[in-house]
Amino acid sequence: MIGALTVLLAFQLVGEILVQMSGLPAPGPVIGMVLLLLTLYWRGALPDALRTVAETLLSHLSLLFIPAGVGIIQHGARLAEEWLAIIVALALSTLITVAVTALAMQAVIRRQPGSQRDG
Amino acid sequence: MDKIGGIWVYLTASPLLWLMLTLVVYLAGQWLFRRSGGRALFNPVALAIALLAALLLLTGTPYSTYFAGAQFIHFLLGPATVALAIPLYQHRNRVRQLLLPISVGLLAGSITAILSAIGLAWLLGGSSRTLLSLAPKSVTTPVAMGIAEKIGGLPSLTAVMVILTGVVGAVAAPALLGWLRIRDEAVQGLAIGVAAHGIGTARALQISSIAGAFAGLAIGLNALLTALLAPLIVQWLHLTPNGLP
Repeated sequence: MIGALTVLLAFQLVGEILVQMSGLPAPGPVIGMVLLLLTLYWRGALPDALRTVAETLLSHLSLLFIPAGVGIIQHGARLAEEWLAIIVALALSTLITVAVTALAMQAVIRRQPGSQRDG
Repeated sequence: MDKIGGIWVYLTASPLLWLMLTLVVYLAGQWLFRRSGGRALFNPVALAIALLAALLLLTGTPYSTYFAGAQFIHFLLGPATVALAIPLYQHRNRVRQLLLPISVGLLAGSITAILSAIGLAWLLGGSSRTLLSLAPKSVTTPVAMGIAEKIGGLPSLTAVMVILTGVVGAVAAPALLGWLRIRDEAVQGLAIGVAAHGIGTARALQISSIAGAFAGLAIGLNALLTALLAPLIVQWLHLTPNGLP
């Protein structure tokens, strides 16, 4: 388990270093994810320990957002003043985005030659 | 009585108490979520945040004290993002098959997320700071905060918007997708991931491993794309922290 966690942290670290060196607009962990994916492709196998740790971490992904979310208490004044604009814009925009993404992707899948749906 | 007061003062200032309370509240939220038969109303993240925020306000504890403990959880966002490579690898064949639909959906969704957030908040009379803080709301927290800083928003406000966006997506997206008759789990996953990042992905993982993999893919790609697009769109709209020209 510690080995797998070290692998994840190592890829994050390399990602962060690459971002610092190249000035890429992408965040370090995302670059780390791409690098790990490429490495897995290249190796052609997924170690069991890595799969287990990743599954554990991802099944509790929502926990990891709580600390940042509690930061809401720092913005009481702004929220009191603009809560309607913020909540409505945020909620509607999120729903519109879900719909546009899904419909656009679905439309292209339907148009793909020989795409008999298999899911 | 004095002694108890002393212990309380000591505990509220120590990282241990807030770290543990974050975990306890999350576990309680999970329990309630399962007990309610997975009813969306009891979104565990929203519930946990509301409870903890109330507790901090009631005890007069500053956020910095809370975060000193909770940062250990926050830190795991990094390795968890890297770990998204694993479901992607496991579903690599499906991803390769759908490369074009993924690209089109992603591009359409990313632009829609930024423009609709700015546009709607502007229509409703939001200040420019708020507009700029809202622009990267569909991107995962650490990246969104970086983008907000770059375009003149308030990173800590953006973090809150990002979480709220995730909760809205996790709660409402499955029903919306059902209403739109989107049955392909790959499409469901990508749409939830583009709009509602990691919190949406946590929900998508409950739908299926395929939906989770595509949501995870969407987090990474949308983070890259929004980091590129948001500054361009903001510039194109001539939007600055001090207002529109």
